[in-house]
Amino acid sequence: MTWKQVFTSSIGKKLVMAITGISLILFLVVHVGLNACIWANDGGEMFNRAANFMGSNVVPRILEVGLFGGIFLHIIQGYMLTVQNRSKRSIGYAVDYGNRGSKWYSRSMAILGTLLLLFFIMHWKQFWIPSRFTGVDEVQLSNGKSVHNLYALMRDTFQNLWVVILYVIGCISLGYHLAHGFQSAFRTIGVHNNRYNKMISAVGYGFAVIVPLAFAMMPVSFYLGWVN
Amino acid sequence: MNLNLKVWRQKNTATKGGFKLYRVENISSEMSFLEMFDVLNEQLIHEGEDPITFDHDCREGICGACSMYIDGKPHGPWQANTTCQLHMRAFKDGDTIVVEPWRANAFPVIKDLMVDRTAFDRIIQAGGYISVNTGNAVDGNALPIPKDDADASFAAAMCIGCGACVAACKNSSAMLFLSAKVSHLALLPQGNPERKSRVVNMLAQMDKEGFGACTNTGACEATCPKEISLTNIARLNQEYLVASLTDNK
Repeated sequence: MTWKQVFTSSIGKKLVMAITGISLILFLVVHVGLNACIWANDGGEMFNRAANFMGSNVVPRILEVGLFGGIFLHIIQGYMLTVQNRSKRSIGYAVDYGNRGSKWYSRSMAILGTLLLLFFIMHWKQFWIPSRFTGVDEVQLSNGKSVHNLYALMRDTFQNLWVVILYVIGCISLGYHLAHGFQSAFRTIGVHNNRYNKMISAVGYGFAVIVPLAFAMMPVSFYLGWVN
Repeated sequence: MNLNLKVWRQKNTATKGGFKLYRVENISSEMSFLEMFDVLNEQLIHEGEDPITFDHDCREGICGACSMYIDGKPHGPWQANTTCQLHMRAFKDGDTIVVEPWRANAFPVIKDLMVDRTAFDRIIQAGGYISVNTGNAVDGNALPIPKDDADASFAAAMCIGCGACVAACKNSSAMLFLSAKVSHLALLPQGNPERKSRVVNMLAQMDKEGFGACTNTGACEATCPKEISLTNIARLNQEYLVASLTDNK
């Protein structure tokens, strides 16, 4: 049995989705934790310092390459699976099976994923590209070091109500994507012990609510002036 | 009761099908759905029309032959039920019932509501068996098996291979069927000698037959007449992962 046979089988393709998905879930933990520094209410000192560490230290930079590799693999494989799966039923039903036994968001992962991709393109254009390539205004930290003032960039970006609304929509899409994806990923890697299943289900739903909610509160906080 | 039936009619695999509307009258609420179809077919024969072809065999809910997609659900509105065990009291007088065949490219329509499910037979042939030495039969209790494992294996062995899981799945995946067959044998010591080759070969055959991949939506579990659990799919995934990681060839 070759590795090619493994990863081109229907379970192998799902394994790719699960492993990259779990990696992206781990990244979200880091991302939300780091961004929560905006609520330190210290004029962005702690957040800018943390963001500077992530952008300048070699370990996060190497992980960043893996992160982009993972996210593109997840997107490409996801679309390929969707197209392949849809091609398996050329003639559809006159009466749809509907919500019996499955949730609408479980059946809509490709649509939710597409909304997320559109959101990411906007998000990268607003933050990641300026911080890596086109440049961001500098600010001096209390230790005298000059770093990118990403806090100010966030504050300025989130003064526009439409941007805030698009971010909230992006976070809602993320929540529903995770509500199915978190549990599904563990099922795909073979977890079938009842005790762990219950735990994964509880943690999965909790994660799908708490993390997107925390992300959504960031633009809302800036827009409503809850941080300074 | 009097009913309107919107039934899929298709001459053969090569021709295009379509819905045809029929009316059946004086149907007893205690009839099974298939008996109601028998009445309709007699009516059609009397009228000189071609009777509707549909699969059936035991009519006891244990063989897995019947296969109608009724009002948007395989085997009709009742839970944990086959079409033959669906009784007309599930419907109301004057209802219009839409009856379609299983829809999946791997299950081509042979005629009307009958589909070709031999793909399932070929998946079983690829590994759904155990090797047994000839000679005297071994005492049934000679090999101790943990009760929980025996129960889980039996629950998986309940699968009658009707294909409702494929019909309900948005991806036309046969993963619930495959997982039941793999779990049934993987949970027992008798299944151990072919454990790895079984899951690899049966999955390869499933893919070859043109079924889709599982996305864990749970639609299959909800429609399964034998209530095969989605847990079996997770077990199948683990069996495949272990087999592929430890394969020595």
